Amino acid sequence: MTTATATPSALRGAVESPWVGFVLRRLRRLLVSLWVLVTAAFFMIHLIPGDPVRASLGATAPQELVEARREALGLNDPLWQQYTDYLRNLLTGDWGSSMTTDVAVSQIIADRLPATVEIAAYAFVVIMLVALPVGVLMAALTRGGRGRRTELAFTSSSVVVAAIPDFLLAVGLVYTFGVSLGWVPVAGKSTVESYILPVLALALGPMAVLARIVRVEMLTVLDADYIRTARAKRLPARWIYLRHALPNAITTTLTVGGLLLGGLVAGTVLVENVLAWPGLGSTIVSSILSKDYPVVQGIVLVYGVGVLVINLVVDVALALLDPRSAIRES
Amino acid sequence: MQVFTGVERPESLSRWRSGVRGRRWAAGLGRWGQALRSPLGLVAATLLGLVLLLAIVGPILWGERADAIDTNALSQGSSSEHWLGTDSLGRDIFYRVLVATRLSVALALLATAIGVAAGVLLGAAPWLLGRRAGRFAVATINVAVAFPALLLVLFFAVIFGVGIRGAVLAVGLGMAPYYARVTSTLVAGVSGRDFVAAARTVGLGRTRILLRHILPNIGEPLIVNATLGAGGALLAFAGLSFLGLGVQAPSYDWGLLLNEGLNGIYVSPAGALAPGVTIVLAGLAFNLTGEVVAKKVGLRTANVRTAYSPVPPATGDEAPAAGRPDPSPVLEVEDLHVTVTGPAGPVTPVRGVSFAIGRGEAVGLVGESGSGKSLTALAVAQLIEAPGRVDARRLEFQGTDLVHTRGRAKGIGRLLGTSLGVVFQDPTTSLNPTMRIGRQLGEVVRRHLGKGWGEARARAVDRLRAARVPAPERRAHQYPHEFSGGMRQRAMIAMAMMGDPALIVADEPTTALDVTVQRQVLRLLQEIRAENHVAVLLISHDITVVGQVCDRVLVMYAGRVVEDLPSSELRTAARHPYTRALLAAVPGMKADRDRPLTIIPGRPVDPAHFPPGCAFADRCPLADDHCRAVDPALTDDGSGRRVACWHAGEPLPVVTEEDSVGVGEAS
Ligand code: SF4
Repeated sequence: MTTATATPSALRGAVESPWVGFVLRRLRRLLVSLWVLVTAAFFMIHLIPGDPVRASLGATAPQELVEARREALGLNDPLWQQYTDYLRNLLTGDWGSSMTTDVAVSQIIADRLPATVEIAAYAFVVIMLVALPVGVLMAALTRGGRGRRTELAFTSSSVVVAAIPDFLLAVGLVYTFGVSLGWVPVAGKSTVESYILPVLALALGPMAVLARIVRVEMLTVLDADYIRTARAKRLPARWIYLRHALPNAITTTLTVGGLLLGGLVAGTVLVENVLAWPGLGSTIVSSILSKDYPVVQGIVLVYGVGVLVINLVVDVALALLDPRSAIRES
Repeated sequence: MQVFTGVERPESLSRWRSGVRGRRWAAGLGRWGQALRSPLGLVAATLLGLVLLLAIVGPILWGERADAIDTNALSQGSSSEHWLGTDSLGRDIFYRVLVATRLSVALALLATAIGVAAGVLLGAAPWLLGRRAGRFAVATINVAVAFPALLLVLFFAVIFGVGIRGAVLAVGLGMAPYYARVTSTLVAGVSGRDFVAAARTVGLGRTRILLRHILPNIGEPLIVNATLGAGGALLAFAGLSFLGLGVQAPSYDWGLLLNEGLNGIYVSPAGALAPGVTIVLAGLAFNLTGEVVAKKVGLRTANVRTAYSPVPPATGDEAPAAGRPDPSPVLEVEDLHVTVTGPAGPVTPVRGVSFAIGRGEAVGLVGESGSGKSLTALAVAQLIEAPGRVDARRLEFQGTDLVHTRGRAKGIGRLLGTSLGVVFQDPTTSLNPTMRIGRQLGEVVRRHLGKGWGEARARAVDRLRAARVPAPERRAHQYPHEFSGGMRQRAMIAMAMMGDPALIVADEPTTALDVTVQRQVLRLLQEIRAENHVAVLLISHDITVVGQVCDRVLVMYAGRVVEDLPSSELRTAARHPYTRALLAAVPGMKADRDRPLTIIPGRPVDPAHFPPGCAFADRCPLADDHCRAVDPALTDDGSGRRVACWHAGEPLPVVTEEDSVGVGEAS
């Protein structure tokens, strides 16, 4: 840590900078997680009791076909060789191909991933755009025991919304806006309106959770000494809220936001299935049902990498926003 | 998801230490019972009871009706015969939802049990396996926890195959990393305690200690977490079944019913909505119960603030600071009251304070903690926030009335922002950790003088230099955590000088610093005052500090000024017994430094219970009945010196070197 007697040399400063250590640590963690993920995906097939190929092709498939498939998939090679082949193929972009349609897994993913990323990203944006202002506003309105009724209404409604899992929200939304009101299409991806339901279904729950957290965090931060300092400078309330309080409340908000974003990835699986959204989620489920293991393997990897990347981005964002967090970690 | 670790409450663990296990569980159950008696707890318990009851009796009572096929009523909407309509085979949805309770709940509980068992094994591994293997286990947990549970569930669902058995294992193992994390946190919390250490010195094996001493102590938080988790498992299972990966027809649970219902949502919305609602309610039953109990057992204490009800300010009957010759004081305060919310309702810790500060004058405000000195300073600086309240007959800064405008007008914000600087006690917490120093300083210029950031920054660097911060250019670029404590306080002082201050209010500016730095900061304050002709209001509990830095000393006790005198006369002419006690408590020139520091006997008065007479009477060696009955007013002797005491200046009863003046030794 640099103190009052910081080294004048810029070079030494760079080497001693907590950032280098932070980035290295973070990279190492990412690599370890990646390795665990890939290894788990590899062993997934081998952990399936019995012959996965037989299971996939069905009991009636002729033995020769099963044997040929096993050979093609390399399942007859020694395990370590399969493992190294798997790693090499992954790196060269050969993710195998579907056992039912023979389409390359990488192609399937390329087709399906964008639809999933879209709704997850929009949902995240909506969550942030709503939860941050609402949380800050609620903190302002209910500060110091004011607005007890507002507080009660806010807390209880957010608790209820947060308690409903996203796929049930999706069902409720389908019923309300699709069936009863007929405002939006209830399934599939077509027009701009078709995005409304999946994005809302994904966003509502996390929105409620995050708004509550933002409010509580803001209330804590607003009691901090440095807020009193800001008030001593007679800055306008909005300035104090946005420039002094919010950046300090954002650490926890982002940490939770990152978790929520990871959760969004999982949420897309169910929501896509409710709304027949043509993304990875509906694909992985149909692949599990049809025992199309290479596709499942590939999609599990994509989800896993997605979560890891999100975690990394959140960590870096946190470190950038809050200069202490990178150092605190060491 | 909320993690409940009972570790934060050591007493809840240690309290059980000596208890017999049975009694321990009885105590635990008692607390659960207590928790569930609150209104919310009652709702949760009722809901949970209902769900469990349905799970038991549902299939027995309605099993046949739920399976009865009515070919005359296929896929119908709600009717008098079929409350919630029928499915595609003409089976009654209402009964099917009721009957499905058993399978849904049972599978969720089973999965939770598997998850907890696997989690405890994994989580206790670091404890059982020793350092290296333990670290590996922890790393595995950390990696696994990073992935959303649903992904793990899908992963395991692939391995164990589609169907009930696979889904139960998948949901259970998918939750295991979470319980492993909880367990290892709990074990780490408990294993450091002395009863575990004792067991180890006796030579018990690690497994024995785990089973006999650690697990019983983390049992309760684990169960609370499992209750919360059961709700999650229920939802996860419903999700799996909904996807077609869980329960398979002809068996059915809520998830599968939802799946079937969704297809017919246009014909019979109830078919999809009914199972959906029951899933939410059942999940809520577990979650609420878990949360209510978690709260009771002591995870999160509700952050309830006491409501504020304003009280009319007590009328002070104090003489105004008369005889002050200064024609235009910087600050004039008359009959200041500050009301804040105490633990038992509003209290008024500052009750009728009057004083004035001349241009360039340094005035010290001394008193013990709780005397109201800091609140007085905050009130003067207009920093008391609602529900706190400031009342005064007069509160004028630079001739501008503050009390009746309360900073609402923009002009006042600007006046205070530029002419009144404030330095707080703890520079570590008083600077915004997420903002560069230069920016924090520059804000004042930017906001109140309408300058750009460039000019604001230049001014900040200049002021840092004035506050003797070395390399101010570079420093302005840094964050507070890159400053040492003394440097931070210098930055605070620089901040107070950003405008063109006529008064700097410094609230215990050196208390949080170490001794050598204290002296430097005080010297800086003195220099700045001399250079810029700034008035200073210095708040301190240390009468010697105030005596050294200030021209005049105001001594506060129990929310009032009890003495006001030039600091040059402190040692010779202090008349109030309290002032004299404060002085005696300081090891003076003549006092033997080896003697333990003397303190003033007795305790400061509680602001909620001010006595009718002199507030100092209980601790005063001169107190008599008159003192206790009638409060002495602060009176001016005509020369500007003020004192509030019936026996001001009278000799104190015991005056020997050994006993010090009316002051007992620290015990
Ligand atoms: S009024 Fe009486 S009790 Fe109060 S300080 Fe003076 S002598 Fe002591």
